[in-house]
Amino acid sequence: MIEARLHLARPRFALDVALALPARGVSALLGVSGCGKTTLLRALAGLERAAGRVALDGEVWQDDAERRFVPTHRRPLGYVIQEAALFPHLDVRRNLDYGQRRVRAGARRIALDQAVTLLGIGPLMERRPDTLSGGERQRVAIARALATSPRLLLMDEPLAALDARRKAEVLPYLDRLHDELGIPIVYVSHAIDEVARLADHLVLLDAGRVSAEGALADMLARLDLPVAFGDDAGVVLDGVVGARDERWGLARLDVDAEACLWARDHGLPLGRRVRLRVLARDVSLTLAPQTGSSIGNQLRGVVEAIVDEAHPALALVRVRVGSAPLVARLTRRSAHALALAVGTPVWAQVKTVALME
Amino acid sequence: MSAADWSAVALTAQLAAVATLLLLVVGMPIAWWLARTRSRLKPLAASLVAMPIVLPPTVLGFYLLALMGPHGAVGELTEALGLGRLPFTFAGLVVGSVLYSMPFVVQPLQQAFEAIDERTFEAAATLRAGPWDRFFSIALPLARPGFVTATVLGFAHTVGEFGVVLMIGGNIPGRTRVLSVAIYDHVEASELAEAHRLAAGMVVFALVVLVALYRVNRPARERARQAA
Repeated sequence: MIEARLHLARPRFALDVALALPARGVSALLGVSGCGKTTLLRALAGLERAAGRVALDGEVWQDDAERRFVPTHRRPLGYVIQEAALFPHLDVRRNLDYGQRRVRAGARRIALDQAVTLLGIGPLMERRPDTLSGGERQRVAIARALATSPRLLLMDEPLAALDARRKAEVLPYLDRLHDELGIPIVYVSHAIDEVARLADHLVLLDAGRVSAEGALADMLARLDLPVAFGDDAGVVLDGVVGARDERWGLARLDVDAEACLWARDHGLPLGRRVRLRVLARDVSLTLAPQTGSSIGNQLRGVVEAIVDEAHPALALVRVRVGSAPLVARLTRRSAHALALAVGTPVWAQVKTVALME
Repeated sequence: MSAADWSAVALTAQLAAVATLLLLVVGMPIAWWLARTRSRLKPLAASLVAMPIVLPPTVLGFYLLALMGPHGAVGELTEALGLGRLPFTFAGLVVGSVLYSMPFVVQPLQQAFEAIDERTFEAAATLRAGPWDRFFSIALPLARPGFVTATVLGFAHTVGEFGVVLMIGGNIPGRTRVLSVAIYDHVEASELAEAHRLAAGMVVFALVVLVALYRVNRPARERARQAA
């Protein structure tokens, strides 16, 4: 468990959080800029001196009550920031060596080769940082952090400085990090799409305070949170590849026996765990199953909740399909015309979307 | 050139070398502190270091003479330690030179340290480097151009000093008679040809040193372009 009770008062800003994050998987800190997510991450690393207590799996890094503060360089963590901050006077290999050399041989659990392979930077070893692209720099920075065998990886918007193409280049490596290493990650971001893809646990920060936290899938299915709103509103579904239709290039994601969705196939093997993001704007509701529709998925479910959106024309409806929640964005007129209420049985039509690994 | 003039050249080189070495050792921590501190004392400390730039050398020399003389605090200390008196000795010249050339060493170092992105140090800290480790593995290598500038300016400025030397070193051949004083002596004695030889040598020396400095300290990008 990652335990953080931190308090920091600045002239125009105050951080005041008490968190207990799972010590596995990716915990995302999400919020608008200035909400304190970077400050919180820096305080976890010991780069910022906030008052309170920080502990990782019972190992105390800071406890003001005991006058204990472990300086950053003695905390077994990895830290990756937006700008990579590679050492400009060292080539890639020596950047990677820098951290690893400073870790006791007995404490090295990740070999340099493993970090290099995981991030795909083998061909860059002799290059200088100023000759690398943004995406390459970021991958080197991540490998450099991993090479110290951290017990906690802190990432501060590692993709924010990259354009969409570079982002797409780095994201699969972050997936592998998540899947292949047992290192817990705290991931700061303001981009819901990154969070939906990578995170397992979500913390919403607002003006220096935690406004909500919980498992990602639960959080995204809640209609009382600001993440439920806007064009990016939608749920994530975790399941396995249950069937493939190679003729049409489709794969079926099974959350459970009832919630099965066809999505674009990326050649993933049967039984592989995958995540699917279903945006609220891609879900529509009908009272009876439709024929002659181009929509590939029709799922039977029950309305669980209805809330009005900020815009007076729109409403969000949560439908339970088997164990999976779906959120649909409708006009209020449609909701009224269908006489939707909590408990109404409906058919959810979901556009075929892409699987995320 | 006469043997006396050669002896002045050798003495000057020796003085500048010793002073530069001491300047780097003393100036480095001062520059590091000035670059990193948020202390309210910083403006005062920076001003003290910069004083020799605006003060006439004779003023600095005068006070050093008073301090290091038999009735000065420093003089009493050196006598008590059995070191004798510093004025009119080589050691006295070194002390004067170090103080006089201090800003020319501290300021380039300070600027070089200040130019290093704070995030680079933080990255090093998250990679297990402690404060001393960060200084030697990050700050020193990244401040290399500052060290080149500081070394060259410190050396060249010491070679060119006159006022302080005259005040505290006098004009003892072989012991405190440096180049600039030798030139002055030649002019006083109307030995213009000799004065000219030494003076022209100094001009060439200064020019060569500065050209070399500007070549070495070009931005890496520019050097790469020329190499390609």
